[in-house]
Amino acid sequence: MSPKQTPSQTVGPYFAYGLTPEQYGYDHTSIAGPALVHGEIEGERIALTGRVLDAEGQPVDDAMIEIWQADANGRYAHPAGARGSNADFAGFGRAGTGCDAENRFVFETIKPGAIGDGQAPHINVVVFARGLLSHLFTRAYFADETSANAADPVLQTVEEARRGTLIAERRQTATGPQYHFDIHLGGVRETVFFDV
Amino acid sequence: MSKHHVRQRDWQSHPPYTHPPYKSTMLRGPSKPLVPIAQTLSELTGPVFGHECVAELDSDLTKNGAKNGEPLGERIVVTGRVLDEDGRPVRNTLIEVWQANAAGRYIHKVDQHAAPLDPNFFGGGRCVADDDGRYRFYSVKPGAYPWGNHHNAWRPNHIHFSLFGPCLATRLVTQMYFPGDPLLDLDPIYQSVPKGARERLVSTFSIDATEPGFALGYVFDIVLRGGAATPMET
Repeated sequence: MSPKQTPSQTVGPYFAYGLTPEQYGYDHTSIAGPALVHGEIEGERIALTGRVLDAEGQPVDDAMIEIWQADANGRYAHPAGARGSNADFAGFGRAGTGCDAENRFVFETIKPGAIGDGQAPHINVVVFARGLLSHLFTRAYFADETSANAADPVLQTVEEARRGTLIAERRQTATGPQYHFDIHLGGVRETVFFDV
Repeated sequence: MSKHHVRQRDWQSHPPYTHPPYKSTMLRGPSKPLVPIAQTLSELTGPVFGHECVAELDSDLTKNGAKNGEPLGERIVVTGRVLDEDGRPVRNTLIEVWQANAAGRYIHKVDQHAAPLDPNFFGGGRCVADDDGRYRFYSVKPGAYPWGNHHNAWRPNHIHFSLFGPCLATRLVTQMYFPGDPLLDLDPIYQSVPKGARERLVSTFSIDATEPGFALGYVFDIVLRGGAATPMET
């Protein structure tokens, strides 16, 4: 008999010293943090920021967000990518929402390129929190990629009225371009989560 | 080229997003069904973390937070294999763990439970599975602690686990419990998992894994989603 999947359990309220210790000021190294760019990397530097909101619109102060993305040329740092990988850009980030007065996550990264299979540029987003018994998968697409988004096969599978929940809005700030991506766990604007 | 994909999450094994006895799921679990997605390179790739992320003391929680002695509590060794649904080892995969100390207190700044911190125990660590999928770390048995979910609510003894596996789709965060814990029957987080599956979260005491004169052994195997067989493999 083949073994069955180990069930998921919530990350709980006390993940910070284990999973995001450097961001929260604990004396332990982190495997990844909110800054994805270290040194000279090709591509447009951006911030991906937003909040996690519960079904009543209250910000969640103990969520952890992970992002996984390609580099500016659409290459994932993984052997399965046909385009090869960029060893200088790991493409993975992790941030808790408990270190910011407004409970935002703020990733410093680069805008990913299209990966070459017809999908529009996007950042894969995974949400963990107390009260989430299993993690949630969603995606952040870019508001200024209108034509690529219109042709994206994944966005096409989402009912039109909910597609906007997957689009990060671009804002120009003093520190550079910022894409704003709020994640609604429930309520009328509930974000689309995928059964990955 | 063969069509590769990872098996779906088995919703007979995983808890639902809303589980009324666990109160915070009601405002945080999504109420709309998940949207199906055809797996693409985005889901079939993922961060690669292995041996380079683990320092010498990371897999010994009895030492990595020590300031002037050993932590209090029952010393344990936790070991097991990381497998996929075909029973194949998931090699060289990173495992992150965190837990309360023997008194049931987390070092986390938000934990206000009136139990003592242990100056010699941090509670976070990591290890890497070997070529056979086998991992091992040392710690002390975590204590139970009260929480605010309902009157007289106590979490059973548990250790949090975080794993990546080969790609984003195989990501897993879970909790390992201890055999014979009377709090399991009363814990809405453990009970949220369907009957028949939740038992997989309970480790087994093993006299073979126990190190004589040193540490009690608990075995906890972890099964990640498997890749469906490719035409080349059948």
